[in-house]
Amino acid sequence: MTEAPVHFSEMTMDNGVREPYRRYDGWFAEQDVARLDRKAQEAEAFFRRTGITFNVYGQSDAEERLIPFDLVPRILSSSEWSKLARGVDQRVRAINAFLHDIYNRQEILRAGVVPVDLVARNDAFLPEMIDFTPPGNVYTHIVGTDIVRTGEDDFFVLEDNARTPSGVSYMLENRETMLQMFPELFLQNRVQRVNDYPKNLRASLEGSAPGNCDGRPCVVVLTPGIHNSAYYEHSFLADQMGVELVEGHDLRVVGGHIAMRTTRGYKRIDVIYRRVDDDFLDPLTFNPASMLGVPGIMDVYRAGNITIANAPGTGVADDKAIYCYMPEIVEFYTGEKAILRNVETFRCSEPDTLKYVLDNLKDLVVKEVHGSGGYGMLVGPAASKSELSEFAEKLKARPANYIAQPTLSLSTVPIFTQAGLAPRHVDLRPFALVSPEGVTIAPGGLTRVALAEGSLVVNSSQGGGTKDTWVLED
Amino acid sequence: MLGKTAGGLYWMFRGLERAENTARLIEAGFRMALTRSSDPDSEWKSVIVTSAVQMTYEARHDVYDSARVTDFLLRDPENPSSVLSVIKTSRDNARLVRTALTTEVWSAVNETWMILADLLKEPVKETDLPAVLDTIRRQSAVVRGALHGTMLRKDTFDFCRLGTFIERADSTARIIDVKYHALLPSPSFVGSRMDNVQWETILRSVSAHRSFRWAVEGDYNAPNIASFLILDRRMPRSLAFCAAQIVDNLAYLAEDYGEESDSLRIARSLQARLKGRDIASIFEEGLHDFLSLALSETARLGFQIEHDYRFNA
Repeated sequence: MTEAPVHFSEMTMDNGVREPYRRYDGWFAEQDVARLDRKAQEAEAFFRRTGITFNVYGQSDAEERLIPFDLVPRILSSSEWSKLARGVDQRVRAINAFLHDIYNRQEILRAGVVPVDLVARNDAFLPEMIDFTPPGNVYTHIVGTDIVRTGEDDFFVLEDNARTPSGVSYMLENRETMLQMFPELFLQNRVQRVNDYPKNLRASLEGSAPGNCDGRPCVVVLTPGIHNSAYYEHSFLADQMGVELVEGHDLRVVGGHIAMRTTRGYKRIDVIYRRVDDDFLDPLTFNPASMLGVPGIMDVYRAGNITIANAPGTGVADDKAIYCYMPEIVEFYTGEKAILRNVETFRCSEPDTLKYVLDNLKDLVVKEVHGSGGYGMLVGPAASKSELSEFAEKLKARPANYIAQPTLSLSTVPIFTQAGLAPRHVDLRPFALVSPEGVTIAPGGLTRVALAEGSLVVNSSQGGGTKDTWVLED
Repeated sequence: MLGKTAGGLYWMFRGLERAENTARLIEAGFRMALTRSSDPDSEWKSVIVTSAVQMTYEARHDVYDSARVTDFLLRDPENPSSVLSVIKTSRDNARLVRTALTTEVWSAVNETWMILADLLKEPVKETDLPAVLDTIRRQSAVVRGALHGTMLRKDTFDFCRLGTFIERADSTARIIDVKYHALLPSPSFVGSRMDNVQWETILRSVSAHRSFRWAVEGDYNAPNIASFLILDRRMPRSLAFCAAQIVDNLAYLAEDYGEESDSLRIARSLQARLKGRDIASIFEEGLHDFLSLALSETARLGFQIEHDYRFNA
């Protein structure tokens, strides 16, 4: 028997309220629970009417679902945030340097810091990117870094999302919803603004346009289409930036450039913010069956006539196997110690480690190296005996496919329930924008919250919800 | 704007218009059945024929009756023209072109879909039918109101309007043509004796049974009613009105884009066939022939718009 772990509560501490939540707590004490309940229902009706939904794969009856929104904000002080932001900035710069290096001189491999196999035998490593530098030398124009907290000063990076991170629309919509529902809170608390994100995103993408682009660069968002789980976000971002939302069949190669089919003929474009995975980007280069991409786009890309954001092949940097080397990668390229720590990670590909993982499966979280969205993962402490033994078999069959981590004692933030405030586990995904001019991080990000009591799984596809995330001014 | 977006707007508004027209047809058919004015089952059949879904219907059902026909037209997922199908398609199209719509228009369409998907979850009981039909028409008006009140008058707006009026012209022409067939198999009877009840149904199918009395001085007879529905520019569902709107919207596009399209030329010739005509000359030409040509020309115009503005790759 293990003792129930004590979780760090971000709102309360030793029977007192932590400083960032002081004003909020005072406000909450004066609220009528029935009124808040009504507000919560209003918010849900608003989300439905405006179609802020996501699609769940394999669930046809509930084709579109809402991500539950909780009306209690997650609040960070300015000093907590500035440390986080510096850490994310450092990590994002290191990731870009790493990508440029492994696709060019490969110094980090030669120095033996990262094993060659992890890169060379990685499905996300694209030979097409070798000896090529993307416009402005930016690989990851948008990064979403998943961060968890276990104590006052203990923040850990759980995952770097360097491919096509999603969720930023919820950061923006959640803030809009809070502004609508509780304007008085924003008079009492000085909350740093996140609303500039779409403007910054467009500026950042324009700043990464190919050098031969003259005039204002033409930016588009490329979506797999309305059935994609994140389609709402794709249309939201295109709309907020004021750029066209295109699908593969709207595009073709015209005169060595990518062009979109308008009502008046084909028009050249310069920057594609693509929300289509690498494998589907170009049927001539990658998956030949793909209908989602643009035949020939990789040739245009390598000729330097289009910017693809994020660049193809960035997945090699956010792989869960590469993840364990991030502290070394950060140090290798920045010459500084990593500001944000990694979670201890066991590589099941190593026989001794595999044995340890199998022996301690009930205490560990096991993830697929290439998985995302909380699919195919095992949360040891929450799993039944049969689930554990079933998973052990999968693990033994393909050990290299998995990594394991200790079950972290994730911090909690209260959610609003009919019975009042109740603590639930959270994580945080800040969003960083990278352009040749530097890194911009929106103050806040997406807080995901596990709605079930005691649950540690915050993924929306697994029933998690979201909160507005506040970063207070000094 | 993207060709795909233009197509999405066009089809979104064709769908919304079709849902509204279907509701009107059911309403007229239902009234015939209630008032036992004529053989209700053949009346339901003509509703199905007017909706251009006879083949699909007969593949599903052997007989025509109120319950089957209304269910087929309102909810059947196998019927691509059922209200539920077209509202779903329109809403999908609205999601597709979300960036080209104002929040008001998008919310109106999304809400329409939510409300109707809920109302049409189960077969509609006869007691509830009038309220459901009323809701369909009301939601259509809400979307139209949002469109008129909030959208910029530029190409996006023109494509929405083109979808509306191509669909409406097609629908009105069918309504007249089907009744013409059902009642008057031989052209020599045209203009002679008319069954008042049938003509009333036609007027109800375009929600014009009251406006006809206000607008037209003459009798309740075939030439007057045909003239009202085909040639009267004051009547918002008449062929002449639709043609004028289509020409206007294509002309705005031509002005905006700095070039005249083939679709504008086709639309002008369609309009020319209606301008300055009197109904007698149409009866002389043969009403059915006139309407058949109007239907095929409208369809041709639709294809030409799709082509001219690059809806598809």
